[in-house]
Amino acid sequence: MTMESDMREASQQPASAGERRGFDEIDILWISEGMSCDGDTVSMTASGQPAIEDVVLGLIPGLPKVNLHNKVLSPSEGGEDFLAPFRAAARGELSPFILVIEGSIPNQNIIQGDGYWTSFGNDPDTGEPLTLNWWIDQLAPKAWAVVAAGTCATYGGIHAMAGNPTGSMGLADYLGWDFKSQGALPIVNVPGCPIQPENFMETLTWVLYHAAGSAPPPPLDHMLRPQWLFGKTVHEGCDRAAYYEQGDFGRDYNSPKCQVKVGCWGPVVNCNVPKRGWMSGIGGCPNVGGICIGCTMPGFPDAFMPFMDEPAGGSLSSMLIKPYGAFVRRLRGITNMAVNREPKWHHNRAELTSGYDPNWRS
Amino acid sequence: MTTTEDRSQAGERKPAQIVDMSWDPITRIIGNLGIYTKVDFANREVVECHSTSSLFRGYSVFMRGKDPRDAGFITSRICGICGDNHTTCSNYAQQMAYGIKPPPLAEAIVNLGEAAEYMFDHTIFQDNMVFVDFCEAMVKATNPGVLAKAERTEAPGAAVHGYRTIADIMRAFNPFEGEVYKQALKVSRVTREMFCTMEGRHVHPSTLYPGGVGTMPEPTTFTDYLTRLVRVLDFIKQSVAMNDDVFDFFYEALPGYEEVGRRRIMLGCWGAWQDSNFCDYRYESMGDWGRQMFVTPGIVVDGGLVTNNLVDINLGMRILLGSSYYEDWADREPFVTHDPLGNLVDMRHPWNQTTVPVPQKRDLDGGNYSWVMSPRWYDKNADQHLALDTGGGPLARLWSTALNGLVDTPYVKATGHSVQISLPKSEKLPEMTLEWKIPKWSNTLERDRARPYFVAYSAAMAFFFIERAMSMVRAGDMKTFENFDVPDEAIGCGFHEAVRGVLSHHLVIRDKKIANYHPYPPTPWNASPRDSYGTPGPYEDAVQGQPIFEENGPDDFKGVDIMRTVRSFDPCLPCGVHMYLGKGKELTRTHTPTYGASHD
Repeated sequence: MTMESDMREASQQPASAGERRGFDEIDILWISEGMSCDGDTVSMTASGQPAIEDVVLGLIPGLPKVNLHNKVLSPSEGGEDFLAPFRAAARGELSPFILVIEGSIPNQNIIQGDGYWTSFGNDPDTGEPLTLNWWIDQLAPKAWAVVAAGTCATYGGIHAMAGNPTGSMGLADYLGWDFKSQGALPIVNVPGCPIQPENFMETLTWVLYHAAGSAPPPPLDHMLRPQWLFGKTVHEGCDRAAYYEQGDFGRDYNSPKCQVKVGCWGPVVNCNVPKRGWMSGIGGCPNVGGICIGCTMPGFPDAFMPFMDEPAGGSLSSMLIKPYGAFVRRLRGITNMAVNREPKWHHNRAELTSGYDPNWRS
Repeated sequence: MTTTEDRSQAGERKPAQIVDMSWDPITRIIGNLGIYTKVDFANREVVECHSTSSLFRGYSVFMRGKDPRDAGFITSRICGICGDNHTTCSNYAQQMAYGIKPPPLAEAIVNLGEAAEYMFDHTIFQDNMVFVDFCEAMVKATNPGVLAKAERTEAPGAAVHGYRTIADIMRAFNPFEGEVYKQALKVSRVTREMFCTMEGRHVHPSTLYPGGVGTMPEPTTFTDYLTRLVRVLDFIKQSVAMNDDVFDFFYEALPGYEEVGRRRIMLGCWGAWQDSNFCDYRYESMGDWGRQMFVTPGIVVDGGLVTNNLVDINLGMRILLGSSYYEDWADREPFVTHDPLGNLVDMRHPWNQTTVPVPQKRDLDGGNYSWVMSPRWYDKNADQHLALDTGGGPLARLWSTALNGLVDTPYVKATGHSVQISLPKSEKLPEMTLEWKIPKWSNTLERDRARPYFVAYSAAMAFFFIERAMSMVRAGDMKTFENFDVPDEAIGCGFHEAVRGVLSHHLVIRDKKIANYHPYPPTPWNASPRDSYGTPGPYEDAVQGQPIFEENGPDDFKGVDIMRTVRSFDPCLPCGVHMYLGKGKELTRTHTPTYGASHD
């Protein structure tokens, strides 16, 4: 990890895969001073696929050298040492860089006077706090890529809940949904509360391959999410979905069955956690007994509360599937009994009854 | 006097050379924290300190009117490193309000999850954040003389951890390159996997509910946890030995280092890990089941136990303003006038708090300067509002448990003056009993030393909880959730030890909705600004007056001794705040000491 703040030239070497020239080195300026809990930074350190140290130590072939500036992991004591690359970037003296925002963006316009909802460092001239909004206004237009980490930064999240005093919103609400970075990329949204560790590191790695000139831009959907991670629903990857098909629902949280009647929103939520596990294939949500509360979604949390009540649409679909499910479950039960028996030629008697015929020809 | 007495030593004092030094944002912590100090470089001490946080999100505001069952899911999002502590604490408070007791197996599963959280969080914080301040690169930049001595000093625990000299240990903690630094990141993943087996996902749990858990109590669930626990034991035993070696070395290499971050002993611990044999979540019996917890609650002042009764602890809580950006609520209608035992509840108690944010200009000179409020504990016998701290969590937990002498399990025993922690044989190392003894000081190094001991404590208790859980499962007792109804009107309180220390949730339900909800995590206690009585918060108190051992002058000053003190509390400002190192704007150069110097 270095703290260089000099201007760098794009590599003169054409990249191996494309015609576009890539970068040999890039800074990641990570600001978690949104309405945040730093849970996305913490979660990112849980990824082993790849691990943050793999990226920082340059162990992934083909990536640019990465200088990570993240408050939680920075070796510096903080203050001006830590702020130096952020200040250089704001002056236009650091390029290229990826701006990562963690936490929702408060509405500074609703404050009368000199107050602030959140700040990141001070103005060196006046000594007054510099708001997150000021930093975004300075840095986003100069960033080669802008990444929103977590549901707060992407869509506002829990801190933008009905009744909140700060008027919080997501980064695209603040910058505009048609925002394009210096690298001609839209905002890259990685939702999740927190981000699933491997989802984030994989997206960052794709963006870095793109920065190196060896990959196209990451494919994003209309809500600017990576398609390969958020293109399917929770339910489509949930190992309890078979209970659903058989019309067999858990009535409380003691049950290993489908949780749709006790609050799971999985059938309508874009997220890969049950399929992927939480980390290293371990843990998850409905696959391990935790109702899906829709924490990756733009409508989170208000569209999903009260969390422990059955989703409105769930009662209709679960009622419709009941007759089919009950019938199929019964038939499968019968077949299951049949296939739980071994064939009759498995025995230890002094005769062979398997049907073996040494002279058999078709 | 509720703060630490003036520590400046009698003797030769030079004319003060006071320089404004601030660090904002502070790194290697969670959340935004700013520390603003005045440092007297002539006498090498900090003369004034202000702690400020610049982030407000407003949980207690936007939770009003919501379904109370949502509280555990919402409050988890308060913090990205200890969110599960909030869910757990919220569920404790809800269980009191709903009048339910979760099945014993659910309690064991929650305890296992929380034990893994302590192991994860203390490890990543100690080895990847705190210890960077003690690593070779940092010590070389701040105290080259100390590093030279460390190269020549044999490490007493080399037989356990394998590093010959103290400097070898320091090198192992260089960020992203040192062996232990990298190993700790990996261990923080294994311990999070353990956590996920019990609570679904990290850090915001998916399988915790009021009334129990949705975790499937299969034998596999516990085998997955146990095998990972066994795999991290060597690392845990080695960490304790390495930390002891380095901290003992600092006392020896820098005589007087015990004064760094020292404050009067005023520690709070709200207890951790419920014993399902006793805990029924009734307020009326809270004092009794509180004492049965596997970390004993207690308020420790000047080395003595003031109380271990959670009812007394609850009633003594006061949320003061004084330097925070909020409107006062003292003239509003109270939500709760009496507790279920008929005791009066103060207007400044969290049950009666109303949060009205008033964003305003920061004023560090006698005005308001922080989004953190000032929680205090009212000691009725002394008639004082004590600015309790948590010692980062582990120091207060170990201190209270040791002094109470109540915990008695095959793996952890409290003796009245120490805590004995027994860990079974692991791949490289034999069975070991570690003993944490009550230290002489509540200071920076002892806060840091307590942390790896508490990791060992958590691992030891995890063996105990897993034995409990597996014996229930083997006996066919697989129930993990108890159903309940949300009452029209109720109150509840949850007390738990978050990783960084005391955590309480106070809940008021009216018309089946949240009428009032106030979580008080450890960091508001530790990071609080000056209160209405002018009493500084614990960071401020611990830093203010502390000596400076760093060899650098104002021009290349890193502030490592100050940062070590702040980090020893394990700040977490989403739970409660922002370090800016100015180029040392010199304030005054006077010939008479101006700040708090008692010189003869």
